[in-house]
Amino acid sequence: MASWIWLVPVLPLAGVLVNGLLGRRLGKRAVSLIGPGVVGAAFAAALVIFLALLGRPADDRTLSQTLYTWLSAGDFSATVGFLVDPLSATLMLVVTGVGFLIHVYSAGYMHAEDDAGFARYFAYLNLFTFAMLLLVMADNFLLLFVGWEGVGLCSYLLIGFWFKERENAEAGKKAFIVNRIGDFGFLLGIFLIFGTFGSVAFADVLPEAADTLAPGGDLAYWICLLLFVGAVGKSAQIPLYVWLPDAMAGPTPVSALIHAATMVTAGVYMIARAHALYLMAPAILAVVAGIGALTALYAATIGLAQTDIKKVLAYSTISQLGYMFLGVGVGAFTAGIFHLVTHSFFKALLFLGAGSVIHALHGEQDMRRMGGLKADLPVTYWTILLATLAIAGIPPLAGFFSKDEILWRVWEAGHPALWVIGFATAGLTALYMFRLFFLTFHGGFRGPTEARAHVHESPPSMAIPLVVLGALSVFGGWIGLPHALGGPLGGIPNAFEEWLAPVFHAAAEIHGAAPGGGGTAADGAAHGAPAIEYALMAASVAVALLGILLAWSLYVRNPALPAVLSARSRGLHRLVRDKYYVDEIYAALVVRPFDALSRFAWRAVDDGLIDGLGVRGTGWLVGLGSRVASRWQSGYVQGYVVVFFGGVVAILAYYLFGG
Amino acid sequence: MIVGVGHYLVLSAILFTIGVVGVLTRKNAIIVFMSIEIMLNAANLALVTFAVSMGDMAGIVMTLIVIAVAAAEAAVGLAIIVAMFRHRETVNIEAFNVLRG
Repeated sequence: MASWIWLVPVLPLAGVLVNGLLGRRLGKRAVSLIGPGVVGAAFAAALVIFLALLGRPADDRTLSQTLYTWLSAGDFSATVGFLVDPLSATLMLVVTGVGFLIHVYSAGYMHAEDDAGFARYFAYLNLFTFAMLLLVMADNFLLLFVGWEGVGLCSYLLIGFWFKERENAEAGKKAFIVNRIGDFGFLLGIFLIFGTFGSVAFADVLPEAADTLAPGGDLAYWICLLLFVGAVGKSAQIPLYVWLPDAMAGPTPVSALIHAATMVTAGVYMIARAHALYLMAPAILAVVAGIGALTALYAATIGLAQTDIKKVLAYSTISQLGYMFLGVGVGAFTAGIFHLVTHSFFKALLFLGAGSVIHALHGEQDMRRMGGLKADLPVTYWTILLATLAIAGIPPLAGFFSKDEILWRVWEAGHPALWVIGFATAGLTALYMFRLFFLTFHGGFRGPTEARAHVHESPPSMAIPLVVLGALSVFGGWIGLPHALGGPLGGIPNAFEEWLAPVFHAAAEIHGAAPGGGGTAADGAAHGAPAIEYALMAASVAVALLGILLAWSLYVRNPALPAVLSARSRGLHRLVRDKYYVDEIYAALVVRPFDALSRFAWRAVDDGLIDGLGVRGTGWLVGLGSRVASRWQSGYVQGYVVVFFGGVVAILAYYLFGG
Repeated sequence: MIVGVGHYLVLSAILFTIGVVGVLTRKNAIIVFMSIEIMLNAANLALVTFAVSMGDMAGIVMTLIVIAVAAAEAAVGLAIIVAMFRHRETVNIEAFNVLRG
């Protein structure tokens, strides 16, 4: 069993090689079979592993395999080895499962590309799947970092997929550079882990964390803070979120896979994986929760005023990632991962649905030129409706359970202020998502009339993934039914929590003081305050309904009203629409000074000092010396003779008078 | 007045100096060449003088060798000057500075 888990990441890698090296010759038809095919095979393999784990007793659900020792120098050694436990198995299923659907969808969406572009696209997409699987399956921090960088590379390559337009290439660069800032912190964190524990393997570090690190001590503080800096970059949290909205320059399926469902959640996974370290640094956990909550609210407000359909979804992703960090920040690791899973379903669906709309309108992304598409795009309409309800948190769809779980844990952990932020964000989420929904599908069509005539529903290769993801958005949440609901309904257990419990048992022990903080079903059934839990649940459903109602009254009943409102509070509207001018502030504070510094290093240091003084100066000096010396070489023999005699006379004089 | 070693050596020095000045100052290649011959013969004179005064035949043998070499040199040198003249229609050595750096 354990001997072939390497097959899961290697299958997509094989796809990279075939599509990357031969794809152009094989043609689109073969590539569109191989690209999704290898990921589908990887999904099947992951499913077999998952079922095998499920068949074992709960405390024995760990598989590991070391392929070889990758680096060894002195005390340091790192292996290429895989660890499959309930946490990584969950992520493997998400990555390969959602990834497979998006690969299938891409085969339809990217059909207009030529052979070379099509093969390149699938090579990158397979490479991404490989790197992401490496990230979630790694059994040490260094290999995790390799996957971490690999997904960053693929993100860059795919954002700039249509690199002939300068804007797209710039967006790719921005994503890469902003991520580097985070990665720098992450790398320092790994160094510090090695310095402290003498190893980077999870098996050496995580079980030792409680013994080696002093709770709340400096060392734990710095390790966790530096790792979190990496997570902030990768998962687009304040202050490093700015790359994600720009990343929408890539093809829409890429936005769905990388910039919504999988890669950006890597930070959440990493913190959950390293939770043993984080539990030693409660101050940093509070920072994680605070930044998560702040990001959730902040991005949601920006999402309210965007007009580009993909930008709205991008800010929505940032906001939902904020929820996940809020969850793990209060020690509810299971809830954070749960939201990661459900979010990957409905957000991938939203992006793919948006892609379907954009496809139907031949590249139109501005919601001001959409509207009334309900009848023309029935599959897209209904699936997006499901996803929108799910993200808004309407029971019994997936988003309701996971978001509510997080909010409940936040309340239970004793952070009412963070709960209020999360609660307000829930309302805003419903508002901006239904704004998107109504602007796209209801009312009259606002684009040019000839565009209207060409609107068509997407081909089956795109529609089927939508339907599958729609089903997952509806039923996906039921794997994590809260005890407060599952109990009265005949004792349905919270399957997801039980599944992950062995991974987070350390969290349960340490957080034992806080009732039910990642506990088992038995704890959960016993814990005390279902009344408050019901009340909070009802409140968040109410606020979601309120948001939907508000969106309906603003964008369906009185379509003229939003313009009036935004005109009345023009300053505020402009502030939100222009994203609080954060990009401009960063440009002024960081980008432009850095540009000036780079320009100085280029013009003054490199061109002036190194090339000018160093290289050209040396050449000039040698030339000058040669010109002077060559004067002696006059060609007149008599001149030489004079020197010759002078020399003879000098030698004679020396021996006669000097010696 | 008895002509002694000193007188021969002074004559040799005077001849050598005339040769040097000729080599350094004259522009005609043939005259420069002749000045070189004068220098050679000045050296020969000094060699013979020392050989006689010291009763050592080595100096005379050396002189004979120098005369033989000078004869060969005259043949080669004049041939070179002829070739130079054919090339440039002049034997002014200032016209020959093609090896200038």
